[in-house]
Amino acid sequence: MNEHPAPVRAAPPIAVRMDGIHKRFGAVRANDDVTLAIASGTVHALVGENGAGKSTLMSVLYGMYAPNAGSIEVFGKPVQLRSTHDAIAAGIGMVHQHFMLVDTLTALENIMLGAEPHALLRRAERMVRPRLTELMESTGLRVALDARVGDLPVGDRQRLEILKVLFRGAKVLILDEPTAVLTPQETAHLFTVLSRLRDQGTTVILITHKLDEVMRLADRVTVMRGGRVVDERAVADTSAALLAEAMVGRKVNIGRPSGVEVAPGEVVLDARGLKVIDALGVTRLHGVDLALRARQIVGVAGVSGNGQSELLEVLSGLLVPQAGTLLLAGETFAPTRWLTPRTARRLRLAHVPEDRHARAMVLDFAAWESGVLGYEGLPVYSGGGFLRRRRMRGDTDAMMERFDVRPRAPELASGNFSGGNQQKLVLARELGQAPRVLIVGQPTRGVDIGAIEFIHGQLRVMREAGCAILLVSSELDEILTLADRVLVMNAGRITGERAIEACTEAELGMLMAATAHAEPAGAAA
Amino acid sequence: MSAPVALPRWADVVVLPLVNLAMALLVAGAVVAMIGQDPGQVLSLMIRGAFGSARGFSYTLYYTTTFIFTGLAVAVAAHGGLFNIGAEGQATLGGLGAGLVALWLAETLPAAVVLPLMLVASAAFGAAWALVPAYLQAYRGSHIVITTIMFNFIAYTLLVYLLVNVLKAPGSMSVESAPFAEAAFLPTLHEALARIGIEWPSSPLNLSFILALIATAAVYLYLWRTRAGYRLRTVGSSAGVAEYAGIRPAHQMMIAMAISGALAGMVGMNEIAGVNRRLLLDFVAGAGFTGIAVAMMGRNHPAGILVASLLFGALFQGGAEVGFEMPSFSRDMVVTLQGFVILFSGAMAYVLAPALSRLIHGIPGIGKRGTA
Repeated sequence: MNEHPAPVRAAPPIAVRMDGIHKRFGAVRANDDVTLAIASGTVHALVGENGAGKSTLMSVLYGMYAPNAGSIEVFGKPVQLRSTHDAIAAGIGMVHQHFMLVDTLTALENIMLGAEPHALLRRAERMVRPRLTELMESTGLRVALDARVGDLPVGDRQRLEILKVLFRGAKVLILDEPTAVLTPQETAHLFTVLSRLRDQGTTVILITHKLDEVMRLADRVTVMRGGRVVDERAVADTSAALLAEAMVGRKVNIGRPSGVEVAPGEVVLDARGLKVIDALGVTRLHGVDLALRARQIVGVAGVSGNGQSELLEVLSGLLVPQAGTLLLAGETFAPTRWLTPRTARRLRLAHVPEDRHARAMVLDFAAWESGVLGYEGLPVYSGGGFLRRRRMRGDTDAMMERFDVRPRAPELASGNFSGGNQQKLVLARELGQAPRVLIVGQPTRGVDIGAIEFIHGQLRVMREAGCAILLVSSELDEILTLADRVLVMNAGRITGERAIEACTEAELGMLMAATAHAEPAGAAA
Repeated sequence: MSAPVALPRWADVVVLPLVNLAMALLVAGAVVAMIGQDPGQVLSLMIRGAFGSARGFSYTLYYTTTFIFTGLAVAVAAHGGLFNIGAEGQATLGGLGAGLVALWLAETLPAAVVLPLMLVASAAFGAAWALVPAYLQAYRGSHIVITTIMFNFIAYTLLVYLLVNVLKAPGSMSVESAPFAEAAFLPTLHEALARIGIEWPSSPLNLSFILALIATAAVYLYLWRTRAGYRLRTVGSSAGVAEYAGIRPAHQMMIAMAISGALAGMVGMNEIAGVNRRLLLDFVAGAGFTGIAVAMMGRNHPAGILVASLLFGALFQGGAEVGFEMPSFSRDMVVTLQGFVILFSGAMAYVLAPALSRLIHGIPGIGKRGTA
């Protein structure tokens, strides 16, 4: 239709114009008079902290929320987006952070799902296949069409999602945190594809919190804070540091503080030969050895689904391994009598799980109820079978103050806090018991930049207080920022171990990616 | 995908159930009008029948008692993430437990001993009956919806077998046990009031109503004030979170179902010890299933269940009254009316929520207050 061949500097046509968008949730103004114009055939990044309103804005554009006020134009035409169907019809497609794919269907079936051109599937497939092959050829998004989605690596699933959206005729592609689950290599590939799509005239809106990605890929960037647009400029005219400052509203320091070196202490947790075979018979851990020392942060790098989740669960007592031993606080555990979460707490091992919602808090519970989860049996929190609710409320309130959880409302349901604030509450709870060993999974996943700085600071404080910390993260930057020693996990094995001084991002990336596709990556979920 | 429903709490708890009830009455009224009756007359007869006299109100409270027990039973299980469809069978077993104690001990022991023992037996039998499906779910993965439904049939068959072959009074033709000795009579309200000199019309309402109120308070305390209730709710919300917190989900499921079954079993105190005073067939009469609607309408909260039970009690008593006063208004019509209320308040409880949400958020000044 009216797409341009390449990003032309001289005022390309506007693909999407959102004008004076207001969206309230109760008393919260998620979008407060937001105006946004996105030029056709460009990559436009939308950055901001959690709760800044960027996801809400994109949900409005994708027809999932009706705005309270404001108008939207797509390619110059005013549109009323009452549902996602309207948005798709207008040429807008969205790739969600959590993939919307059916694992048991093939790639081709997933693409057709809901857009089958014929009632008979076989005939529909025959109609779709040539069109898809052509689309894959022109965009470079190659996926094995007849593979079951459950067997595809994460990078392929993402390409499949994008393909699915383009197949439905999207001219504007919204990507929500697309690189959260990718290796550096897969990210690079994704960016090549996105640049190519841009050159072919597709407009890309990129929601992200990784500022280096904005600098690498985007043409323009809009910064949101507190439901408003606080900055908008060409990427060429800004820097990651300036963007970070605009997002948070103050200067931020993320990175390794120089000079402070702490000598590691004695070994407090020693695991040997950990072996885990899952219900499907797939070996998830192949005899992993691991020792944690007091005053040391051990970082585990790796692509999600290479055994890190199992390692976290085994060490925190949630999963009993098939083989191996564990020495913790003078007690030895074997598979016949493995550590339980309750024993782990008694031995002062605290665990911040990688999936907050599935593990760390009950979303329906008030914050003060989630604030003592796992410790409700302590005499301070219950006596004679009854809960000491005043004490629970008081302690949660203190935790919220110490960790700057916003809003500071112990009565609010845990699920109504933003991701970063939920994570701060969980950390406050787990760190508050003065653990000797701390097992942390993805401490800053879905957490905004201001909170990341805070969380990193708290982990360093714990280390200095003598805690032994195991940090599992899919963010290489995070590991390089925090860890004293780095392990790389790949296909259930530790494939590399480096002191932090000897690490380079490129080499770690290679170790992470070496055979990363050999096994399905379903375990991260 | 349309906009998600976000109702302020007051609207969810108070307005929505009322709107649902109004819808049910509206549709039921239309059906009544279709068969040539006056809906207004039926409604006023119902209300008068249920609340208009001391006797009618006593009947209403008698029905309410049974619904409180079964509603609480369904709600406790629901807080543990379990759908207990077996309150019917558990109530049947509860009656059996109470009945066996009565037949065995009431001849020789005083009421002060027999009645507490009957209560314990009814709760224990109900709990035991619920624990079998609970065990199968918790440790063997059999779906509790299926097993509890099946256990309803087994409970019924067991009762028939025992009544026909073991407990039937010698020389009697009807399938029921011999009447209990007086020590096993749970006093009715008019008997109790007569003893202190107050006259009250006779009705089946008995002291188990007070038991039901105590149970309501106890369930509230258990769920929200005790450590055990906290753990149960954690399991019900997410088994994964519970595991992380060091709570054993299977263990909590067993506890929840035991309590649920015990509550359902106490129906036996109302129907067997309080009213029939002999063991007979069918004394639960579907109350176990009505309990599901009661729990849904009451949002699984004891206070809500109290109100919903009263509504259903009024519906049963008022309906019976209408059938009595208007012979052309058949028993089936009464059941139809009750069916509409269950349909709109239970099964379709949230169908009208989006419309109500739009309405509320459309009125300036109201929508904001709720979420604050």
